[in-house]
Amino acid sequence: MATAPTLKMSTEVAQKIRQHGAETYPHECCGALLGRDGVDGNDTTASGVQLPIREILALLPLVNRRDDSPHNRFSVTAEDVRDAEKAALEKKLDVVGWYHSHPDHPARPSQYDLEHAWPWYSYVIVSVAGGKPAEMTSWRLSDDRSDYASEEIAIRDHAAR
Amino acid sequence: MGVKVIIPTPLRVYAGKRDSTVVKAGTVGEALGRLTTEFGDLRKHLFTEEGKLRSFVNVYVNDEDIRYLAKENTPTKDGDTISIVPSIAGGSSPVHRCCRRSSTLSFRACLCRQA
Repeated sequence: MATAPTLKMSTEVAQKIRQHGAETYPHECCGALLGRDGVDGNDTTASGVQLPIREILALLPLVNRRDDSPHNRFSVTAEDVRDAEKAALEKKLDVVGWYHSHPDHPARPSQYDLEHAWPWYSYVIVSVAGGKPAEMTSWRLSDDRSDYASEEIAIRDHAAR
Repeated sequence: MGVKVIIPTPLRVYAGKRDSTVVKAGTVGEALGRLTTEFGDLRKHLFTEEGKLRSFVNVYVNDEDIRYLAKENTPTKDGDTISIVPSIAGGSSPVHRCCRRSSTLSFRACLCRQA
């Protein structure tokens, strides 16, 4: 991909992710990112090339199924994934990624995150330090599974469509 | 007529953007083998280097999880539908001094990765 992807979300969506991380602290929160993936006809480079764009339009907060180690692990079962896909379909959206928190850890993917990641999805991580949400980042797994690429988060009051 | 294999959204980009394909197969293992022969880039996302299905790859035959059937030896017949469904996992790892120093992703270069 020639141009780094951008992940758009409203202030409200960003706030909800942060809030979920604070609510479940010191445990990890998790949830589905529902939105649209494609190119933005209104957002083009100087040469007129349309930029790849992904927009989060709704969230589906989920229960962390890792009750054996919820402070540093999260798990979303296949049944939860299917439910998230159904919820997205009802809103005419797609599941375009997942969010989770890193309590008292940086908002950077861990080796464990890398080993368990799927390509294409956006993985949003919010760091929660001492119960307060801090940095939020987004990542995508590389095609060869060897690394993550950082994805810019563009928070806007509301992305009109 | 064959076995329909439903490809999950995150893997469609490796399967010509198709959401499903039809293969001739007598077992789930054969079906996944045919699928990854047709779309070679899918292999590393479905299987480990040892050729085992990755732990977060869930496979259903007509809504039955193959873990409760005969796993990859689960028989399939014409008209069956195989669904590949992701499960999602992750979480923070212990942060080592050398990783913490960098604000960028550094775990690949970090010598304490094996610790």
